[in-house]
Amino acid sequence: MSAAQRDPSVTGRPEAPLLRGQEGYSDNVTGRKRQARRWELLFIVSTLVGIVALGSLLYNVLDSAYGLVAIDVKVDPASLARGGVALEALPASELATLLREKLKKRDLKTIEKEQPLAARSTEDLLGIVQTKVVGVDVVGTWVLSGSLLRRRAIEAELARTHPNATLTFKSWLRPAFLSSQQSPDPMRSGVRSAILGSLWTILVTIVVALPLGVAAAVYLEEYAAKDRRLTQVIQTNINNLAGVPSIIYGMLGLTIFVRLLEPLTSGAWLTGATSATANGRTILSAGLTLALLVLPLQIINSQEAIRAVPGSLRQASYGLGATRWQTIWAHVLPSALPGVLTGTILSVSRAIGETAPLVVVGASTAIFQDPSGPFSKFTVLPIQIYQWTSRPQAEFRSIAAAAILVLLAMLLSLNAAAVFLRNRTQVRH
Amino acid sequence: MSAAELVGMSGSMPESVGSSDGAADDLILVQDFSFYYGAFRALENLNLTVRDREVTALIGPSGCGKSTFLRAINRMNDTIRGVRYEGDIRVAGQSIYQADTDVADLRQRVGMVFQRPNPFPQSIFDNVAYGPRVLGLAGDKADVSERTRLALSQVGLWEELGDRLDRPALALSPGQQQRLCIARTLATEPRIILMDEPCSALDPVATLAIEGLMRRLAERYCIVVVTHNMQQAARVSDRTGFFWLGRLVEFGPTNDIFTLPQEKLTEDYITGRRG
Ligand SMILES: Nc1ncnc2c1ncn2[C@@H]1O[C@H](COP(=O)(O)OP(=O)(O)OP(=O)(O)O)[C@@H](O)[C@H]1O
Ligand SMILES: [Mg+2]
Repeated sequence: MSAAQRDPSVTGRPEAPLLRGQEGYSDNVTGRKRQARRWELLFIVSTLVGIVALGSLLYNVLDSAYGLVAIDVKVDPASLARGGVALEALPASELATLLREKLKKRDLKTIEKEQPLAARSTEDLLGIVQTKVVGVDVVGTWVLSGSLLRRRAIEAELARTHPNATLTFKSWLRPAFLSSQQSPDPMRSGVRSAILGSLWTILVTIVVALPLGVAAAVYLEEYAAKDRRLTQVIQTNINNLAGVPSIIYGMLGLTIFVRLLEPLTSGAWLTGATSATANGRTILSAGLTLALLVLPLQIINSQEAIRAVPGSLRQASYGLGATRWQTIWAHVLPSALPGVLTGTILSVSRAIGETAPLVVVGASTAIFQDPSGPFSKFTVLPIQIYQWTSRPQAEFRSIAAAAILVLLAMLLSLNAAAVFLRNRTQVRH
Repeated sequence: MSAAELVGMSGSMPESVGSSDGAADDLILVQDFSFYYGAFRALENLNLTVRDREVTALIGPSGCGKSTFLRAINRMNDTIRGVRYEGDIRVAGQSIYQADTDVADLRQRVGMVFQRPNPFPQSIFDNVAYGPRVLGLAGDKADVSERTRLALSQVGLWEELGDRLDRPALALSPGQQQRLCIARTLATEPRIILMDEPCSALDPVATLAIEGLMRRLAERYCIVVVTHNMQQAARVSDRTGFFWLGRLVEFGPTNDIFTLPQEKLTEDYITGRRG
């Protein structure tokens, strides 16, 4: 074929060599491959850094939550057995009597003030007997890694310093930890009221933030004119609010819910308490504050979900003569539901771990009773953890670690619930 | 005055309207109608009349404004922002661009079938029952079922799927889905049915089924169909309009358009010399 016959619009080298090593073969692969390899390495390293960070976090928590504990006693518990029944098996009434007999008046009074003996559980009473009468004293605690690696050395040292002490392996995260009230004694203290406080607070948050967030998202996506200046200003503000530091919301909550709306948030309007005894530092105030905090997130997430509903669905509904509301109710919301729920759980996950705003709103530090409703004083898990970690004794660090594990478990189950709900409510388009 | 009165002088079901002479059967009257997306003029000075109980086909190259015109008849264009129109469209003698026109009501009387089958992600039954339910047409449960059965029979789906109405609509074949969408529209008792390339996503067999359906529906409804398929226009329509760059170049009985087009542009297009 002569050059003259070729279509001039078709360019390129007519006899481009096909194989490596052929004359005129140009290598344009090796460089690109090297570059690709470098990027791949970078991605792997980034992932590894993430995994290591996460791993060390978990290690740190687990290390403190389990480990050896050395316990010394002043009185042999066997000597306290009554009528052949061991101390651990005594009923509540017997334990109470025992306490009345053995304790000093002053000590008894402080304990009764906290909660009357008659109202306490057997477990609780047994705990008091053990600390106050038996004189159970923690003379040493060791973290998990040390306990496993240096057991010999620990035993030897303990035999030297406290010959009577017993060394046991303790899991600080145990059923009793979940079911007991908070206590000044770390061996007996539990997270029951903190868990319940967290659950109550989150409930208030969901009840307020979910409907408000979805409603605002529906308005912004389906009703508001997107090209209006006002709509754009509102949208920008919502996006920015999502990034405001949470402590600012705490201050807002303090001003509005705790102070300004105290008659409402303290429940005084229900119980008839006078303004002198009313206290706005309640679960309701905390839940409302967290609701404000997650509202922007909730709106943005719901908007995303609504935007993802195919336009053909709306067209079909409008084309049949349905009104805007009918279209939203019958098609837009059901299709957006999985996304909305996922968004809700993500924002709740954020709220459940918030500490700063609740410190400002006024979480209580000493709560020895279950919260009974939205008007109770409260503490929540992160606050409890924060308090325990700031104590000097090692035992408190261990129960803080156990409480962190509880918080992590709650977060994990929330996320699992999100996945489950999304799969259950999913519709195909 | 509501669109119910203006379109459905005869009540709910399409009954015979007056005598059979031309003027009485003119159902849609388009007068000097222009339409703009922002500054872009998509339709320019349209004038035509569409008759009842006929299939009117709209043909023309892509982007010439056929869909825009179709959506102007049931005001689906309203959902797009920044649009503007001039002139008027009258349905059964009443302007549909009055300030007090109820769009939801208009869209019930002037139903629409879309290019891509778009059933709701629900059961077959719920798809058809949705219209009667939300429009408040149906009385009790039995009435809803009866209306659903009727609509499905009209498109031939009752025989095929009557015992499987609780199956998800999205599990049907594309052709069945499109017929379901037509049934869904029929269940709202429209008088006019607008179809925007209803067969473009379908195979030849499903296409023939829809074409046969259109012919049968034309005995009771006024049908306006947009199509890119010349044979289809020739097969199903009574009248054909040829659009070119937003203008209506030629409009008349289908036979005339396809055998002796008056305009060179039309002839070039239908013979495939221009597209
Ligand atoms: N939402 C919109 N915004 C702006 N311009 C639009 C919009 N929809 C359509 N147009 C323009 O209006 C013109 C007509 O569009 P239309 O969809 O009516 O054409 P069509 O004849 O239906 O084309 P096709 O055969 O490809 O469906 C086109 O130039 C298109 O780009
Ligand atoms: Mg089109």
